[in-house]
Amino acid sequence: MSTTTFSVTVRVWRQPGPGQPGRFVEYPVGGVNPDMSFLEMLDVLNDGLTRSGDEPVAFAHDCREGICGTCSLVIDGKPHGPHHGVASCQTYMRSYKEGDVIVVEPFRARPFPVIKDLVTDRSAFDRIQQAGGFISARTGSAPEANSVPVPKEVADLAMDAAQCIGCGACVAACKNSSAMLFVAAKVSHLGLLPQGQPERDKRVLAMVSTMDGLGFGSCTNQYECSAACPKLISHDFIARMNRDYAKAVFRSAFRPVAAGAGD
Amino acid sequence: MAKLESRTPAGDLPGKWRRHKAEIRLVNPANKRKYEIIVVGAGLAGASAAASLAELGYKVSTFVFHDSPRRAHSIAAQGGINAAKNYQNDGDSVHRLFYDTLKGGDYRSREANVHRLAEVSVDIIDQCVAQGVPFAREYGGLLDNRSFGGAQVSRTFYARGQTGQQLLLGAYSALSKAVASGGITLNTHSEMLDLVVVDGHAKGIIVRDLVTGQISRHAADAVILATGGYGNVFNLSTYARGSNATAIWRAYKRGACFANPCYTQIHPTCIPVTGDYQSKLTLMSESLRNDGRIWVPKRKEDRLKPPATIAESDRDYYLERIYPSFGNLCPRDVASRAAKRVCDEGRGVGASGLGVYLDFADAIGRVGEAGVRERYGNLFDIYREITNENAYRDPMRIFPAVHYTMGGLWVDYNLMSNLPGLFVLGEANFSDHGANRLGASALMQGLADGYFVIPYTVGDYLATQKPGSRPKVDAAEFKQAEEGVALMTSHLLTIGGKEPVSHFHKRLGHILWQYCGMARNREGLSKALKEIPALRSEFWANVKVPGSGLALNQSLENAGRVADFLELGELLCRDALAREESCGGHFREEHQYPDGECKRDDDNFGHVAAWEYAGEGREPVRNVEPLNYETVKMSVRNYK
Amino acid sequence: MDLVRNLFCSSIGRKLVMAVTGVVLIGFVAGHLVGNLQVFESPDRINGYAHFLQSLGPALWFARMFLLACVGLHIWAATVLTLESQGARGDEPYRVKRWISATFASRYMRGTGYVVLAFILYHLAHFTVGLAQPASFKENIAHYVMKGDYHVLGVTVTAAGTEVLDVRTMMIRGFGSPFVSIFYIVAVGLLSLHLLHGAESLFQTLGWRNRRWEGGLRAAVTLLCAAYFLGNLAIPGGVLLGVLR
Repeated sequence: MSTTTFSVTVRVWRQPGPGQPGRFVEYPVGGVNPDMSFLEMLDVLNDGLTRSGDEPVAFAHDCREGICGTCSLVIDGKPHGPHHGVASCQTYMRSYKEGDVIVVEPFRARPFPVIKDLVTDRSAFDRIQQAGGFISARTGSAPEANSVPVPKEVADLAMDAAQCIGCGACVAACKNSSAMLFVAAKVSHLGLLPQGQPERDKRVLAMVSTMDGLGFGSCTNQYECSAACPKLISHDFIARMNRDYAKAVFRSAFRPVAAGAGD
Repeated sequence: MAKLESRTPAGDLPGKWRRHKAEIRLVNPANKRKYEIIVVGAGLAGASAAASLAELGYKVSTFVFHDSPRRAHSIAAQGGINAAKNYQNDGDSVHRLFYDTLKGGDYRSREANVHRLAEVSVDIIDQCVAQGVPFAREYGGLLDNRSFGGAQVSRTFYARGQTGQQLLLGAYSALSKAVASGGITLNTHSEMLDLVVVDGHAKGIIVRDLVTGQISRHAADAVILATGGYGNVFNLSTYARGSNATAIWRAYKRGACFANPCYTQIHPTCIPVTGDYQSKLTLMSESLRNDGRIWVPKRKEDRLKPPATIAESDRDYYLERIYPSFGNLCPRDVASRAAKRVCDEGRGVGASGLGVYLDFADAIGRVGEAGVRERYGNLFDIYREITNENAYRDPMRIFPAVHYTMGGLWVDYNLMSNLPGLFVLGEANFSDHGANRLGASALMQGLADGYFVIPYTVGDYLATQKPGSRPKVDAAEFKQAEEGVALMTSHLLTIGGKEPVSHFHKRLGHILWQYCGMARNREGLSKALKEIPALRSEFWANVKVPGSGLALNQSLENAGRVADFLELGELLCRDALAREESCGGHFREEHQYPDGECKRDDDNFGHVAAWEYAGEGREPVRNVEPLNYETVKMSVRNYK
Repeated sequence: MDLVRNLFCSSIGRKLVMAVTGVVLIGFVAGHLVGNLQVFESPDRINGYAHFLQSLGPALWFARMFLLACVGLHIWAATVLTLESQGARGDEPYRVKRWISATFASRYMRGTGYVVLAFILYHLAHFTVGLAQPASFKENIAHYVMKGDYHVLGVTVTAAGTEVLDVRTMMIRGFGSPFVSIFYIVAVGLLSLHLLHGAESLFQTLGWRNRRWEGGLRAAVTLLCAAYFLGNLAIPGGVLLGVLR
């Protein structure tokens, strides 16, 4: 526990509303404690702004323990700040020192329009999920849980993918604003499990098509996404989704035509 | 006085739910689509309810204040979910889970509700596995379990340290499917700011769009609140910053009774507070108590020494000493109070003296660092991020923090409040955990309510409502409620005081933590009951809410929530003062055994206290629902 | 048709098109280099080889059309994907942008791609059509008479005594110009850089890559790209240094 405090300067993107022009504004923040989280530093800034009659900086946050996926800052050019494998809320001020100038921007991508200041609209992710990110299992219709064994390695791998917190850092980090890592995590989580097999082809085709339709870019295999991911979800899942997609394309094209279809 | 009819079915305990399901009214499939149901909140309870009701054919509208339903704070639950599957062959059964939960709740919950919870627990696991929840598996491919506090069997299913996340994503995926098929209308960034009651029935809500600031009216045949607990009344807690009590509080002010607000859970294993700027306390999962050993130095003088230099014989593994049969796995309230006691004795560790060690040295010696990493790696990572300390080398420092609220809106066996048409699920209701909740039971209850209770019980109410009979949004009640919301919003924006909302929230938190935290007494509570109204007046005179009401305005959102907390905090203290006994999370210093354990008073307080709003400036009415135990005998909890 | 739509109108489909055409083009440039390295042996080898290729007639034209189609598809997919990705980026750029894991080669694929296209056009003009240096073009210089047989897989494809185009002299004269050679070297250098990302990336796109052998894959691709560059460097280098004459 440290007691010495220091001061930093934050250069924050301020934008009054959707589609309106924004600009960077510089604010000094004093009394920064190294044990403070980055968001707590912004709280201190905002309380100061409120007291002095300014409008506080809007930023998205909720659980502040790195799991809800709400916080979404680009700090000095990297989504979620300087550290590997953490969300913005898990960035601590001990990473900074007296006099540092910290540039804070919103996630920037056309499918994530800015709502205000550092808050963006990421509902596009919900729409991708709605396109097929589920296993249809009507409540009450489930078989006994142990009736379908899932090898531990498969369950663990599915869990690796399922850890995605839906924050959108992958999109923010990608120069193409591609959502491939997010979609691949969903497709792989469900596609790896035996329960997800019946809808496997349909799922990957629908989710990719929705992703494209929402205006996300394509993947150029630079892996900025997995490097920026607060859960360090591997881009191996993107490879897996590519393969899954190719298989689904060919399987669905050469499947025997069902009786009645095409009438 | 509100009428509190628990509507608990008659007959033997294990058969109650089965018989009830067979007897309650049904809505025929063609009529279901004629009913609109509003679901507020999309955590485990809300999302599972919305998805299940939409599958049945009801027209569901879901409202969440978050940007996405997947952000609800259920997502942060770490440890696991209980179910009486007895996969471990260690003697578990529905009855044992029922009994553990009832006993863990210090005999302050309804027998029938808890039994139903234990019964449907097994269906929850089946449902979640079918949805693709990647629970931990054994090498043979079957489901794995771990142990949790308050139980002597291993019945907790888990997905690493992110069980809540995985269960929520399962429910969210079901919800997403229903959104795609048109069964659910999803309203994000939509905060419920009032409940509309027409002819004594809950028939709609008033909502503020947090992005545009627009206030709108929504009518329905039934309203379901699944908006979580009110622990943020303490300001510092393990809750998400956005977690709030506004929906249930405004429902309370419209006539829904608020039951047992003083039952708050303080979780024993959280990362200690470091400073005044702090916004959040982070939980270290209770599962850590499976392998970690809790201790403090025997002598005060040793408390600042590096832990490694304190000899084994100078350490006090106080939970193992006091509770030899449950040891480090005793229930949360017991473990928290024990930590408070040793810190009060001056043996707390860390600079603040408010901390105890959670030591993994033995576990590392037994299964190796890799073994510990495999089980708890993500928790150790979280600990290192926050404290910059390596818990593989030095023991963790932990301290209790507010974590859950067992109290909530009063509901009957059908989960309907005393306001007909208003259903309350999950942490927002008071129903299943009595005065203390066992670990891994919150997820169980949220999903039980949403997947397996409300789909049956909502029909029992709707069958009494003619299809298409719901009021129109231009009814006077809607207009009046909307005007009230608009008035409060504009009032908050025009006070023009000096202090930000957070200033008042922090002060409220200090008052509550000091006088209504882990230990409470008459004197402190009386003091709090003076200080809170004073703080509330100060808030309404001196709060500063900048910006406009017609755009995203986080200060305004917080101001409304803290205004409600300032009222709820008072009710919490009032309830704590009225309950002249100690039970579970409610510990009154006047009522304890010589060894510091809770001393219940079953004769005078073996009941639910359901507070009824009596109007602005008037004392609320304390209604009572007696708890009739037909099967289990209320006894002194013993974890020794 | 779903198959066509999924392959040509979706982002992953187009990436698959890029990867598959990329495989073909990598195969071509590798084979092309191996063939051309015969210039270091007796004139019979490279000239006999060239004559054999010329003699394939319709098959040669089929191969050329196929390769051109691959180049076309590769460029088409790249262009469409790039435009879409630029559109996805939004209007406001990051004030500060920190690259985390992207390799140097991957960040300049478009730039290296342009140079490769320019190089292909120049290369065709130079050695295939004869527009660049008409004076030393194979059609315009003395023919070469084969001294021995040229075999492919043990079959004589160009017999001794056959009068063939003197490709070898054309190459040596062409690279005799330092300007041409340096442009050539720079271009194949950038092509190698293009392949450095492309050859690795196609495994990811086709779904045949994971962390277990990503290190090995990267090492193998780097090695092959280096070998490719050195092989290509050898011909103009040899001419400039006077080793080839």
